[in-house]
This record gives sequence, structure tokens and C-alpha cells, in this order.
Amino acid sequence: MTGHHHRRSRGGFIEHTIDGLHSAMDRALYADRSASGRGLLQRLDPRVKVAGLGALILASAMAAKLWVIAAVLLAAIILAALSFLSIWMIATRVWFATMTFSAAFAVPALFLTPGTVIYTLPALLWTVTSQGITTAGFLILRSETAATLALVLVFTTPWMHILKALRLFRVPVVFVVILGMTCRYILLLLENAHEMFESRKSRTVGPMTRGEQRRIAIASTGALLSRTFHLSNEVYLAMQARGFRGEVYILDDFRMQNSDWLAALGFGGLTAALVWVGH
Amino acid sequence: MHIPDGYLSPSTCAAFYAGSTPFWYVALERVKKALHTRLVPLISLFSAFCFLIMMFNLPLPGGTTGHAVGIGLATVVLGPWAAMLAVSVALIIQALFFGDGGITAIGANCFNMAIVGSLVAYVFYRAIAGRAPLVSFRRVVAAGLAGYAAINVSALLAAIEFGIQPLFYKDASGAPLYCPYPLSVSIPAMMIGHLTIAGMAELIVSAGLVAFLQWSDPSLLRATAGNAVKLDEGSRAPAGRSLQPLWMGLGLLMFLTPLGILATGAAWGEWMASDFSSPAIREQIADSSLHQAAPTRAPQGLEQMSQVWTAPFSRYAPPYIRSAKFGYLLSAMFGAGLVTLVCFLVVRLMRGFVVERPRQPAT
Repeated sequence: MTGHHHRRSRGGFIEHTIDGLHSAMDRALYADRSASGRGLLQRLDPRVKVAGLGALILASAMAAKLWVIAAVLLAAIILAALSFLSIWMIATRVWFATMTFSAAFAVPALFLTPGTVIYTLPALLWTVTSQGITTAGFLILRSETAATLALVLVFTTPWMHILKALRLFRVPVVFVVILGMTCRYILLLLENAHEMFESRKSRTVGPMTRGEQRRIAIASTGALLSRTFHLSNEVYLAMQARGFRGEVYILDDFRMQNSDWLAALGFGGLTAALVWVGH
Repeated sequence: MHIPDGYLSPSTCAAFYAGSTPFWYVALERVKKALHTRLVPLISLFSAFCFLIMMFNLPLPGGTTGHAVGIGLATVVLGPWAAMLAVSVALIIQALFFGDGGITAIGANCFNMAIVGSLVAYVFYRAIAGRAPLVSFRRVVAAGLAGYAAINVSALLAAIEFGIQPLFYKDASGAPLYCPYPLSVSIPAMMIGHLTIAGMAELIVSAGLVAFLQWSDPSLLRATAGNAVKLDEGSRAPAGRSLQPLWMGLGLLMFLTPLGILATGAAWGEWMASDFSSPAIREQIADSSLHQAAPTRAPQGLEQMSQVWTAPFSRYAPPYIRSAKFGYLLSAMFGAGLVTLVCFLVVRLMRGFVVERPRQPAT
């Protein structure tokens, strides 16, 4: 009991947070690298990708047949492979992470959904229904498919291009600018927080009570908050120094090539077919 | 509470995108007006900050961990409209970039957490903080409770969105196409976790960081303070008197609760669906309702709604206790204990933040 207590108290939450921050930074770095690769999707116009992959997500959401959703997932995997994304990375980062949540949500549905009983658990006498299996399948497949498609988009398109593409869909400029700035500052704050927790870890000796852990967590968050404000002031001054008067300009220099039109046609046709058969 | 893709039907998602758009529009218009100020970098950075807060695992009393969303703090510092944008942006980036929350569900997630969450937090904060000075302890409590309320109202909305799915969307075999759980499952399942763990995390973060801002830069709290009393006027309430007599009184009242059984009949308007089929109770209802005869069957709506949730201590008589008196006493002890525990935890946590706060320099 004591051993367990000590193990948990020895900065467990600090390490846990560091791990989380680290994997987020890792992911951002990987996205940066893979987006500049030379695969199929990387060469396409961002507008086609945003609309096309978005349409596929919608098709999987609208489908009322399991195999149609599975077909969208397969299409996503093929697109990822053609864009030289690591399937292993997708499996560990997306499928596994999404599965842990979806499974916790979907497993009770096996027993709770009313319908035709096909199996009874030996000791507990809980009944599994065929409708329960179908509905659990829907939940898991849909969330996996959408998460994979979203990941394929961000791993094959630089973030700034996604934002520019959003302009085409009449998203207000201010919103796009805020999105863009936020993304940049997330990386900066991630690094800041990571350093802060690393240095805290290196100075922490011996076990901490939960109360102490909580105080450290709040104090670190507070320190991060004051850095955030400090940074915000500096950014504001820099914006003013460069003559920012409230108007925002974004260079919209995308040009549709023949291959882009072809891809758009492909996405459109595939989505229409999936929606039609899935209905 | 980040709803993933596949849990809500496309039409529900579309409805929430449509429902969120006017709020986003108004928020953006307000920000545009204030664009010459420092609001744009502040919203961006706050959004990045909210994103990060969602990654911090906070050790909570009771051995669990949870993470906050930052709605309470964002609302207190930025005001509800800018907070709406900041939290929405954080949620969008999470969904797009990190797969936390679905893309089709962005509208619903933003509606629940960013829009309704910010408005609820704002109303609670303003109502509780009143005209208290910026550095008063009351503002710390107000921020904590605002965050707690915001996260729980958001969770309730999410639970309702989940719960209505099986009513409308099923395939040919009757298998639900999206979330399969009815309201009777989704509401308790969501609320138990949020009333305790997630709510607690949001409460601690909101209250703790407002206490931190009171110490480091109280002027940041001015945006939502209305006409608060000046900064340096008064700060903490005087130390409380001994609470011993109060505890003793509470204990005595608890032991007197079986007296409640002496009173007969159900409280007016608190009848159960089964009461309508008992002639004796129908007579009681008629007696207390100006001799209006009660219907012989429970109204259909009442019957349906009464099955939505079964309380563990239904009618203050837990089914596993034989003696009615003891059941009543046990219910009283459980209820009073639960309320006391929650209050105790809130006060304990608040005190933790405030004790270490150095004396506030006059500004």
C-alpha cells in the first residue's frame, strides 16, 4: 500500500503532464514534416483537400450501413499510404487513442440495446443483442474513420494552407487570423510549459502529497498564464509597431491545376456514390 | 465531454452548426469593433492557454485526476463574447489537429462548452461576485462556482444531445445509428462524472487562477467586474466564528428527521405515477386540490417522464432498508452528508489558494 502510494506521489502527475506535452509537440513536428512531403495529397490544392476529405467525413456520418463506413475508412487508409504517411503512426496515435474512448462508450451498448438476443454471458446472464453489436460497430467505425480522415488532412497540409482554404468557405478573416495565431502560440506555450515542468521535475525530491501536487499544478498554470499575458502584450506592441490598424490581409495565391480538378472530381464522385449506397 | 464524430446524427450536427453561427457572428462583430485594442492577440493567446489547460492533469481530492476546460477563467478575464471565440478556437484546433472531439460535432461542442458555457459562467460570476472588490475572496468563490456551473450545464446539454439520438435514428433492424443510449442512461452517466471530477477540476482551476490574478495583476479582472468596489477597499472576510453549535444543531435535526413520517400524505404536486391508481391517495389529492377529482390514471407524459431517472433513495426509503424510520434517518444522513461534503471541499480548496496569497499591494 505504502509502496503504491509513494510511487504515485513521486511527481507522477508531473511526468504524466510532461508526457502529454511531449507527444503533442511530437505530433506537431511530425505534421510539419509530413505536410512538406511529396505524396499524392501533399501535391493537391488545399481547398480540394479540405472540401474532399470533409465530404468523405460527412459521407461516413450519413451512412446507415456498416460496410459503407468501412469502405470510407479503407479509402482513408489508401490515401494515407499514397501520401507516405506512416500507417503504424496512424494506428498508434489515432486508432488506439480513439478506440479506448469509443470502446468504453460502445461496449455497454452491446448489452443495453434492446433487440434480438444472440448470446448470453455465462455467469452474469447479460444478453448481447445483434442490434447492440451493430450500434457498437457504428460508433467505433464512424469515430475511427472521421479521426483518420482529419489526421490525413492535417498531416498532408501545412496549417497555414488549411486556414487559407477556410477563407474560400467564407469563414470571416478575423476568425481565420485568430485561428492562425492560436496555433502558433500553442506551440510556443507547449514548449514553455514543457520546460517549466521539466525544471520542476528536476527540482522535486521525495514524495509529494496530493495537496502539494495540486498546488504545484495551479501555480504552474498561473505562471503560464502570466507568461501568456506578457507575450500577448509583446505581440500587440509588435503588431502596432508594424502598423496593424485592424485590417487583415491574407495572400490567396492558390491556383487549381488539372490534377486538382481531377482530384475534386474523384472526391465528389466517391462521396456521391457512398452517400447513395449508404442510404 | 468532447463529442467525437459518429455519436450525433448529421442533422443534429447541422442544427448545432446553425445554432452556433449567430453567436459566433455577434462575437466576431464585437471583436471587430475592438480590433484596434489588444483583443486579437489576447484571444489567440487565451485560446492557446485553454488548449494547454485541457492537457494538464490535475490531481483531485479522492485519488482521481481530471482536466479543466478553462471556460470559467476565460469568461472572467475576456468577458463572455470573447471567451466564446477563444474556447471555440481551442476546440476547433483540438478537433482538427489532435482528434479530440469530432469535426462534424464541432458545432455541438462549441455550442455546449464555448457558447452556453461562457454565458452560464458569466451569469454565475456576475451574480455571485456582485460589487465585491476585485481582490476579494468572494470573487475567487464566484469564479470557481461559475466554472463548476458552466461545465455541468455543458455536460447536461451534451447528455441531452446523446440521449435524443436513439429516439430518432435507427436502421432497419432497430439498431441505433448514432449514440444508442436514451436520456435515462446518458444523463446520469454524463452528470455523475461532471458533477464530481470534471466540475471539481474546472472549479479548482477557475478559482485558483482568479486568486493568482488577484495577486499578480488584478486589473485583468476588471473587464467583467462591472462597477466593483475600488481595488484597495477591504479584502478578506474576518475569520469565522466557531461552527461547533451549528454542527451540533445539524446532528440533532438529522436524528429528528424520522418525525417526518408522522405527517401523512404526499406533498402537493409531488405525486408519483403510481399514486393515481390508489383510491386512498386520489382522495387525498382531491382533498388538497379544492376537491378537484384526480384522474384515475397518471397522465401519459408524467408516466413517461417519471421513468427517466430512478433515484437511489427514492421517496427517502432505500429499497434495501426494512425499517422506514431507519431508512428516513439514513436518507437524511446521506443527503446532509453529501451537501456538507461538497461545501467542505469547496471551502477547503478555496482556503488552500488564499492562505498563501501575499498581502495585496495597493494600486
